Amino acid sequence: MFLPVTYVQALQCRECGRRVDVAATHACGFCFGPLEVVYDYDAMRGVVTRERIAAGPPTLWRYADLLPVLDGPADARDAARVDLGAGFTPLVPAPRLGATIGLDDLWIKNDTLNPTGAFKDRVVSVALTAARRLGFDTAACASTGNLAQSVAAHAAASGMRAIVLVPSDLEQAKILATAVYGPTLVAVKGTYDDVNRLCGELADAYGWAFVNVNVRPFYAEGSKTIGFEIAEQLGWRLPDQVVAPMASGAMLVKIEKAFRELINLELVDDRTCRVSGAQASGCSPITAAYKRGGDAILPVRPDTIAKSLAIGDPADGYYALEAVDRSGGVMEDVSDPEIIDGIKLLARTEGIFGETAAGVTIAVLHKLAAQGRIGRGDRTVAVISGTGLKTTDAVAPTVGPTFEITASLDEFQAALSLQEPA
Amino acid sequence: MTATVRIPTPLRSATGGAATVAVDGTTVGEVVRSLDAAHPGVAERILDDNGRVRRFVNVFVDDEDIRFAGGLETAVPDGATVSIIPAVAGG
Repeated sequence: MFLPVTYVQALQCRECGRRVDVAATHACGFCFGPLEVVYDYDAMRGVVTRERIAAGPPTLWRYADLLPVLDGPADARDAARVDLGAGFTPLVPAPRLGATIGLDDLWIKNDTLNPTGAFKDRVVSVALTAARRLGFDTAACASTGNLAQSVAAHAAASGMRAIVLVPSDLEQAKILATAVYGPTLVAVKGTYDDVNRLCGELADAYGWAFVNVNVRPFYAEGSKTIGFEIAEQLGWRLPDQVVAPMASGAMLVKIEKAFRELINLELVDDRTCRVSGAQASGCSPITAAYKRGGDAILPVRPDTIAKSLAIGDPADGYYALEAVDRSGGVMEDVSDPEIIDGIKLLARTEGIFGETAAGVTIAVLHKLAAQGRIGRGDRTVAVISGTGLKTTDAVAPTVGPTFEITASLDEFQAALSLQEPA
Repeated sequence: MTATVRIPTPLRSATGGAATVAVDGTTVGEVVRSLDAAHPGVAERILDDNGRVRRFVNVFVDDEDIRFAGGLETAVPDGATVSIIPAVAGG
């Protein structure tokens, strides 16, 4: 039986380094910097092995040793687990897309195949598991849509109450796909950043587990599993390049952290993997800071079809800049028409229908390949973070039936300019 | 010119537990100075060593993020609410 061990020591401020005990808190009590989980890596060394991980379940929980599993009896840790089977999604070769854009060793991390169709299931599974261990019975979040659906689904499956807040202009599919799980769904007239600000105040006032506010140190760690999986699925080897979408920037930061943890634990060879970030030009506060060459993130008012990435005030932006710099990666952004082309290109070459964030990643990947910033022979992984079925509005104006006919052989042949069958 | 400052939970240790504090000031900078005069030690929590608003502190005058306005020079009308909110992320 696979029993997780807790290696969690404390929470630590990423800005000033002050440490606090593990609790449902996300901001440093002194300087408001974000808190991060601290692990005892020395205790893991030699214990957390490739074999131990491979013996775990085919979900993100195979990496439980490297996740914020909170202390307590093993049976209590298991009972608290909130698990719809997120993670361990396919890493597939993408030769046809690669041939189109000039990359010979391209792979897709297909996170559309999570339980609610987005990578958010990873962070929510980890966040709600921690929240239950911390005694919460209500799960909450601010969301651009994917997180709302994931919180609602995981809360429903674990008997928690769910209160989710979203901007009222979200894609209809995301609203419906969240509401069906029966949460209290609050549509807020405003941007994601307005919703987020409200949630920051609510998290102070009520005893709810806001997954991306007071439970955020645990939540954010869930994204490391994308990095762990990429390495394991490549035979415990880091790729040369990873391209990931950025909203808050947290996912990219955690992928780069995952690679460093694997190197630290000698689970992979110490080699550089360049991690690059992708944004939509209509909401690109992180890539703008990168291009300016400074470290100041200036908030923007989002105006893009990539609503899942429409965070104008990205709190992990500073750390995304650092992670990209440390790994030798780059950042780039793309226009809405390029995003739509990216969605269609991925679908038509590899049979994977990603959402607008996927269009951002593919369009940026295309750009970086064309510019030579990703080499033709580089083993490259593109992170496709969510399913296109939730953002059909984006492609609706440009795709549809090729022909509409009555059920007549003649009309069919005429429409397709076919000859009589022999 | 009096403003109401809304204090987030982590900062209330410096305000004797108060969730709101009424202070004088016509700009955000003046409001922070007044707040620090009433509750010494608050300013260093909000501003860095160079006197700039810390990276993970957001300040709003009524509903306006001061980074979209004039930063610490942003005007604070009489009766306005100044909210100090730790940055949060997600999506």
